[in-house]
Amino acid sequence: MSSASPLLYTRELQTGYRNGGKKIVVSASLPDLTLRAGQLICLLGPNGSGKSTLLRTLAGLQPALAGRVEIQGSTDHSSTVLAKKISLVLTDRVIGNNLDVYSLVALGRYPWSNWLGGLEETDRAAILKAIEATGIGDLRDRKVHTLSDGESQKVMLARALAQDTPILMLDEPTAHLDLPSRIRLMRLLHVLSRELGKGILLSTHELDLALQVADEVWLLQSAGPLHKGAPEDLILDGTFEAVFAREDVAFDRGTGAFRIPPEGGRQIRLAGEGVTAFWTRRALQREGFTVVDADASGRKPAPDSGPQMQGLGADPLTPSPAPVPDTIHLIEENAGTTWLLESGGISIRCNSVHELLQALNRPHLP
Amino acid sequence: MKRHSTPGMRLTGLLLLLVLAFLLDLTAGPVKIPLRDIFRILFSPVAGNDTWHFIVKNIRLPKAITALLAGCGLSVGGLQMQTLFRNPLAEPGILGITAGASFGVAAVMLSGGSMATLYAIKELGFPGSWLIAIAACAGAGLVMLLVLTLSGRLKDNVIMLIIGLMMSSFTIALVSIWQYFSNPEEVKDYLLWTFGSLGGVTGQQLLILTLLITAGLLTAFLSSKMLDALLLGENYARSMGVTVKRARIIIVCSTSLLAGSITAFCGPIAFIGVAVPHLARLFFNTSSHRILMPACCLIGTVLLLLCDSIAQWPGSDTVLPVNIITSLLGAPMVILLLIRTKKLNSYR
Repeated sequence: MSSASPLLYTRELQTGYRNGGKKIVVSASLPDLTLRAGQLICLLGPNGSGKSTLLRTLAGLQPALAGRVEIQGSTDHSSTVLAKKISLVLTDRVIGNNLDVYSLVALGRYPWSNWLGGLEETDRAAILKAIEATGIGDLRDRKVHTLSDGESQKVMLARALAQDTPILMLDEPTAHLDLPSRIRLMRLLHVLSRELGKGILLSTHELDLALQVADEVWLLQSAGPLHKGAPEDLILDGTFEAVFAREDVAFDRGTGAFRIPPEGGRQIRLAGEGVTAFWTRRALQREGFTVVDADASGRKPAPDSGPQMQGLGADPLTPSPAPVPDTIHLIEENAGTTWLLESGGISIRCNSVHELLQALNRPHLP
Repeated sequence: MKRHSTPGMRLTGLLLLLVLAFLLDLTAGPVKIPLRDIFRILFSPVAGNDTWHFIVKNIRLPKAITALLAGCGLSVGGLQMQTLFRNPLAEPGILGITAGASFGVAAVMLSGGSMATLYAIKELGFPGSWLIAIAACAGAGLVMLLVLTLSGRLKDNVIMLIIGLMMSSFTIALVSIWQYFSNPEEVKDYLLWTFGSLGGVTGQQLLILTLLITAGLLTAFLSSKMLDALLLGENYARSMGVTVKRARIIIVCSTSLLAGSITAFCGPIAFIGVAVPHLARLFFNTSSHRILMPACCLIGTVLLLLCDSIAQWPGSDTVLPVNIITSLLGAPMVILLLIRTKKLNSYR
């Protein structure tokens, strides 16, 4: 999978801008970064943390403030040399001026074509392969300005693939895509890295997708060092939680997702496992409850927990010292699931999450 | 619009049209000369009618050749600027390049000590013509470089256009100061120059114009691959191996040569620069500069020849300035085409 010599290697890199004589440092303390063939690396971090600046610096679009970037062992960053090593998908809007999709993808062959831009057989093959891989065959003859944002995103990826470079860098490639397209894109990138041995670096805000496909995550912060490592390691050692807590966002290690409403309301106990428990917990968290695991009282976990639900697991929260909180029992029956809410010695049967939330939100429970 | 014709066929068709327009322009003028006689005069060194011979060889042929050079130069210059600035309105005139060229001409006149008008360049000899042409190109290039450096800092096309307009006003104001202190006779001459004229460029001046336009066009053709890449913006262009700074300089040089030399000899001819690239894109339905460049040359030349023919329609003794005709015909034509094809959003 990953070969010995890295495609890209940085040493004591410092990114930022020069404005007149002044240096505006964006990322000061970057560790030495490595991108190897066959590796897919996701660059994560909040807005303004310097993802794009780092990407642009690595791609040679802007000079580093300090340190150096070695690409395939060379520090020659002239555009003609880099064009055969790195292809880019940027967030820049493409105006196109009457450009059609095929011609745009064909522009990817620029570094390989002759001085007039004439295309050879190998060029045409590379263009067709890129169009096929990104599934934009239907768009071939469309003008670029008639494309939706998502379509244009895919077309720009096809252009980068046609450039046929060992390194591929993408700046927020999932930004305008719908969910299926996002997943397809990530799958495609994963395949490209595994089967063609490309080194891929992409910045994204799609944390859940990144966690699934990334071989390595580079986690940037608004202020503070860059953390890197396998995504699972960064979750397990609490780096994710710590970084996002600094941004005032709660990352739930148990579910691998972010919690939007603040925690810290009434405690409630939830007895049950499986898919139903997972989504009940989500609903309760949305309502501001702090959910505590009750003893599962011997019930078997639901058999239909899907493959997407890896996030399920024990919640590592501390047990409650408060007066006995309300408890919700999940009763799985043939007819369906029933939620049994026990509150102050009274039990209420609910047939859906909606009913349960209504029961909980009643001003004074009997 | 033809659907199944290849770009090559369309170019050939335009070439035929160009020949026709060229002949039409040769026949047009206050003195009526039959087409057969024009052929005879063109292809035989000795002619029967001395007056006709003189008119065709010394007036009409140089004028038609000037129209050809100006048509190619202005439209290719416009095409290059529209791509470089990624703006559909970019044109030598709008961005102050024409104004820069006239400033260059004015500067030479002033430093020469004579309070002569720009029209006096026609009276200048060989070295003088070179000087004027170089000054016009330098003036054009200076303004364009200024606009480019400023636009590089701002990265905003609208602001860049406004800067171009300001530069234009500024240089025009400088020329106006000089005009203000000139006598009315010279001011009238200057006004005539601003109407634009394809006539009067003969002999050595025509040779100089031909050389400069050829150099500009060659540079432009050689940069067509770069221009293709620049369609995607500078970042993408760089990522595909374009050395953006060098590309900018090459394109600026080429456009300055084209617009500067034409302005020096023919005055500011409006409209061709902005309209022809749009017509070429619509007619050839492509964005490839390898096709658009010759297309612009052909369409620009045909248009300018037609405008010039109309300006001196046979039967009438008055000759209208060509600038008036280009605007009168060009403006409605572009509006009509843009509305019909609804291509406006392709430039956003």
